[in-house]
Amino acid sequence: MTAREVYLVSTGTANLASVEAALIRCGSQPRRVEQPQEIAQAELLVVPGVGTLAAAVERLAEQRFLEPLAERIRQGRPTLAICVGMQLLAAGSEESPDTPGLGILPGRARRFPTTVQVPQIGWNRVVPDPANDWIEEGFAYFANSYYLPEAPDDGWTSLQSEHGVRFVAATARGRVLACQFHPELSGEWGQSLLEWWLQGGAA
Amino acid sequence: MVAPGRCSMITRRILPCLDVDDGRVVKGIQFQQLRDAGDPTERATEYERQGADEIVILDISATPEGRGHQLEVVRAVRHRLRIPLSVGGGVRTAEDARCLLEAGADKVAVNTAAVQSPALVNEMAERFGSQSTVVAIDAQRANGSWGVVVHSGRRSTGRDAIAWAREVCERGAGEILLTSWDRDGTRQGYDRELLSAVSAQVPVPVIASGGAGKIEHFGEAFAAGAAAVLAASLFHYGETTVRELKQRLAESGFEVRL
Repeated sequence: MTAREVYLVSTGTANLASVEAALIRCGSQPRRVEQPQEIAQAELLVVPGVGTLAAAVERLAEQRFLEPLAERIRQGRPTLAICVGMQLLAAGSEESPDTPGLGILPGRARRFPTTVQVPQIGWNRVVPDPANDWIEEGFAYFANSYYLPEAPDDGWTSLQSEHGVRFVAATARGRVLACQFHPELSGEWGQSLLEWWLQGGAA
Repeated sequence: MVAPGRCSMITRRILPCLDVDDGRVVKGIQFQQLRDAGDPTERATEYERQGADEIVILDISATPEGRGHQLEVVRAVRHRLRIPLSVGGGVRTAEDARCLLEAGADKVAVNTAAVQSPALVNEMAERFGSQSTVVAIDAQRANGSWGVVVHSGRRSTGRDAIAWAREVCERGAGEILLTSWDRDGTRQGYDRELLSAVSAQVPVPVIASGGAGKIEHFGEAFAAGAAAVLAASLFHYGETTVRELKQRLAESGFEVRL
């Protein structure tokens, strides 16, 4: 059996090497998206992201990736969005007030309060919502200054965490999984989440 | 002071540090479970298995030729390692940092180059994000405070360590790797006064380095405000394992990932 191909979207600054290494460890074959039509055609697509939302949106728009990406997620096609990739799915972010997100997830990303260390860097406990049957409680590695406050309903099930405030650590509907943390850096727990997504998601 | 644990479930981190010279780990003998204790990948994955939260690789090669193996080492470690990887040592420019990130580092630490050209910190934070930008500060006690030293403590820069830590955060550093040059290698414990002075003044996580000699020292560093602690010889010589250390810290009431 040949390894399943997974396409990665480059948002410019993301640490693609870590994501690619993790996908290879899960037995898949990562490829980088070069053409907008690959976004529509890819069986499996990953949108990693670090840096600012504005920089990510600008880069995706330049390459004409934004529209096919929004379309594919609305259709529920297998897509994994990581960190800023997750915030891209929201309505926007305090970080880049003039840049709209895709508006698929409700709410806007906010900055963590000054009562905690920002950026949040390290391993935080993540707890599944009662309706979540796709992942167990564990520890995930985060590196973020902004967070999504509202867990979406309408078929999404989430993981929550806390850093000064409660926030959405991850949410999934069908084959669309959005993680604020980095599953590719979250040890064995993160690897099992990646394998779950590669093998079928919350279908 | 902003306590990392206040209203947060974020855990305190343990960071084993590999000193690499010419592509080989240069410290440590008590590694019977590994076929090749000098191989950075074997050593890094063993620490991951023990429960390390992150691996730090510091390239201490004395020559540019020795440092030439740095990217190969990062690629090889990244291939196997499932936790974050920070790399430092000899990083002069944002281009050096980009090469390390592309090879598989998640964070890059700069030290001397940032002291010489502070705008490097802004450039790295803008290009790669604060979460990938670590500034390493070597601090030494002087006149009732701490000065910044470079070149393995041989040269004083005239900068105040606390002021420099604040400045690099304003420039976009996402973490401070703070080494006490007075304590480094002494095994007398981390410099708690330095740690609390710096962590009280910066919004970002502070990684304590220099002086770990026994398990109690780690709890002391956390109590002084460190978000993470770095240690090398204690682990390399098999005096304790990351897992044993974390169990002891958990018993003392610190939130750790077990």
